[in-house]
Amino acid sequence: MRHTIVSIIAIILGLVAGGILMVLIGSNPLEGYTYLFQGALRNIERIGNTLATATPLIFAGLSVAFAFRTGLFNIGGSGQMLIGGLCATAVALSFDVSRPILILMMVLAGLLGGALWAFIPGLLKAKFNVHEVVSTIMMNWIAYWTVYYVVPGYFKGEFLETESRKLEEAQTLRSPFLTEMFQGSYINMGIFFAIIAVIIIAFIINKTTMGFELKAVGFNRYAAEYAGMRVNRNIILSMFISGALAGLGGVALYTGNASSIQIGILPSQGYDGIAVALLGANTPVGVFFAAILFGILYSGTGFMNAMIEIPPELANTIIAIIIYFAATSVLIERLLNRFRKRRSGQEMNGPVGKKGVS
Amino acid sequence: MSYVVEMLNIRKEFPGIVANDNITLTLKKGEIHALLGENGAGKSTLMGVLFGMYQPEQGVIKVRGNEVRITNPNIANQLGIGMVHQHFKLVENFTVTENIILGSEPIKGMVLDIDKAAKKIRELSQHYGLNVDPHAKIEDISVGMQQRVEIIKMLYREAEVLIFDEPTAVLTPSEIDELMSIMRNLIKEGKSIIIITHKLKEIKAVADRCTVIRRGKGIGTVNVAEASEESLAEMMVGRHVNFKVDKKESAPGDVVLKIDSISVKNNRKVLGLKNFSLEVNKGEIVGIAGVEGNGQSELVEAITGLRKVESGTIYLNNEEITNIPIRKRIEKGISHIPEDRHKRGLVLDYTMESNMVLEVYNKPPFAKFGLLNTSAIRGYAKKIMENFDVRSGEGAASIARTLSGGNQQKAIIGREIELDPDLLIAVQPTRGLDVGSIEYIHKRLIEHRDKGKAVLLVSLELDEVLQLSDRIAIVNNGELIGIVKSSETNENEVGLMMAGVNKERSI
Repeated sequence: MRHTIVSIIAIILGLVAGGILMVLIGSNPLEGYTYLFQGALRNIERIGNTLATATPLIFAGLSVAFAFRTGLFNIGGSGQMLIGGLCATAVALSFDVSRPILILMMVLAGLLGGALWAFIPGLLKAKFNVHEVVSTIMMNWIAYWTVYYVVPGYFKGEFLETESRKLEEAQTLRSPFLTEMFQGSYINMGIFFAIIAVIIIAFIINKTTMGFELKAVGFNRYAAEYAGMRVNRNIILSMFISGALAGLGGVALYTGNASSIQIGILPSQGYDGIAVALLGANTPVGVFFAAILFGILYSGTGFMNAMIEIPPELANTIIAIIIYFAATSVLIERLLNRFRKRRSGQEMNGPVGKKGVS
Repeated sequence: MSYVVEMLNIRKEFPGIVANDNITLTLKKGEIHALLGENGAGKSTLMGVLFGMYQPEQGVIKVRGNEVRITNPNIANQLGIGMVHQHFKLVENFTVTENIILGSEPIKGMVLDIDKAAKKIRELSQHYGLNVDPHAKIEDISVGMQQRVEIIKMLYREAEVLIFDEPTAVLTPSEIDELMSIMRNLIKEGKSIIIITHKLKEIKAVADRCTVIRRGKGIGTVNVAEASEESLAEMMVGRHVNFKVDKKESAPGDVVLKIDSISVKNNRKVLGLKNFSLEVNKGEIVGIAGVEGNGQSELVEAITGLRKVESGTIYLNNEEITNIPIRKRIEKGISHIPEDRHKRGLVLDYTMESNMVLEVYNKPPFAKFGLLNTSAIRGYAKKIMENFDVRSGEGAASIARTLSGGNQQKAIIGREIELDPDLLIAVQPTRGLDVGSIEYIHKRLIEHRDKGKAVLLVSLELDEVLQLSDRIAIVNNGELIGIVKSSETNENEVGLMMAGVNKERSI
């Protein structure tokens, strides 16, 4: 509840700051925001596109948030997504089986690819105490160059050297049913997978002994060790699951929203996942809504740009400002505290004995 | 009569708890005033109010007769009130001088004038007999010395009223003696001191008057010269306190823990424990006596599995456990009250509920098929917290971090005893606790022994080891110096052995 309020305040402050920016370049912020939200939500097709845009962000955000709950900072989401997407694309282009089986194989391949890409940093952390921030970033570049080598070498496109062969409709997560329902939107089954992932991850974190262990290791690995939990195993497991989620994000991005994989591009969604997790306070449900918001902002910019003279870069600026406010949520919490204190004449976060704080 | 500080009818509430209920404390100029109370009685909160960390809901604070509102610690500093916190607030890789001037740096032109500050610090140090080197780095000096740096920090800022928050908790006995004489020097120079403590010996040794609070209420202020340790304890706890530990003669049975010449490396990668052998039997408490850092931690960590054993073997109930995982050891019946409750004992950001099942969360009835059973966990945690009188703002749902240190400790002890282990390893089980809690915990440890279980007690407090143990093993420099029966020894003999003097009298 508390985090929700903080996040909402962060969003509002971000929007206000973005509005001030619009004023500065001589546009009407109300008009600008109207077009931004219209662009994302004005008809069923646009809503579909917004949800599709949000899908990889949900996975990326979940990936970061899950690792973070175990005290790990997985910032290799981009590389894990890329590998996940590559594996799924490779499966789609290599196997000629019935559609349900193919989809299942693609999802599994993407999941395992992403998981492998995070498992390695997890293993390095557990065995040799290599910091995961360094190793996951390095893995991003290994993924980048792997795609650079594999795509032109084995899955070269018909016209372009720089991207893979186009997947046919039946080889992607698109479904005629969804496309029809959302009137031609590129929304796909990825959104369902994302919702399922949110539910499963929330369940793991809150209800299972596995989640209990992972969180304990994240909060205090020494106490976890003392209590007989296998700290290293938990680190590896957490990275594995985190990478699997990012890998699924790659599946949704490259075989759902898009139908080919390009070389020479690390998907920015991997990094956006950090912001999504931050704004969502590292909870699965929070991540879901934060990703939807990011989806709205991203998919509304084109329309805003077309209707009035606001450059699309501005939407990114607004997103950046929201992240900034979310990152300084401590500040917002402090302001909230002061406000409450003044109203009730009471302090909110006073520990009883105060001494226990080390 | 002139009072430097008067706190009149102070009331401070936190959600779910009244921490201070109508408490009055007055401090005369040039006196040492003790503030006595159990863990969580509200001592630190009251001093927090004086130091500007909390705002009272009711009550008046007067400094030198003038009513003041202290809304933050800077105002307290301006009024000449300084505080030495229990956990020092020093920058480890700064020098003494740099730490002291932090926040009020003397400037000559555009640059820091360290030399001037260092000179002033040296003068202060000599004047009060503190013996602090202004150019030493904090990480290189002892804990006792660090505390003196905190004291100089206040003197440097010209504090007239000094608050010490449990200053002796981190000190060795000789450092405590030195601190006492420093305090006497300070009041000789006209400073006034409030010392927060629950150690009665120290109050008798150094304080002039003593204000007692119990469960947030002021019980009264007494002249220390007219009070006895017993009467103070009774005021603090609200009932008669037994200082002597009552226990029957032990009835040792079969061997539970057998340690056969183990060697263990310490953090510096050299042997911290060398060819150490020891047996602990059913129905007895074996105490480990020794000066801190002589192999106690290595021994405990080797038994519990937190540290690798280089050579030798450990048996529990005749079964070798030298290299088995920690969880297996817990399952086989080893419980461990750890030395550092914040580092090992608790996940501070977890609720008390979660902390109470930290070792058994995956066993029925707390979990089935990998799913947590929240209501079973809650019931279990409530039971432990009631049995061991753990006080917290929101019961079992409280975050562990919000409990006072004493209550955290009681909760850990409750959790470990509740597992009904064959071998209970208690490391410093009563550190930082008040006499009421100490009495209670000692009773529970002896109860555990009387149930026919084995207890291994590691404590730096020689009194505690002597009173509780049936046998005492003395360590020095990682080696076993000897084992004595506590009924046949005394403080002097054990003290000598702790210093490494070997008496050929093993049992």
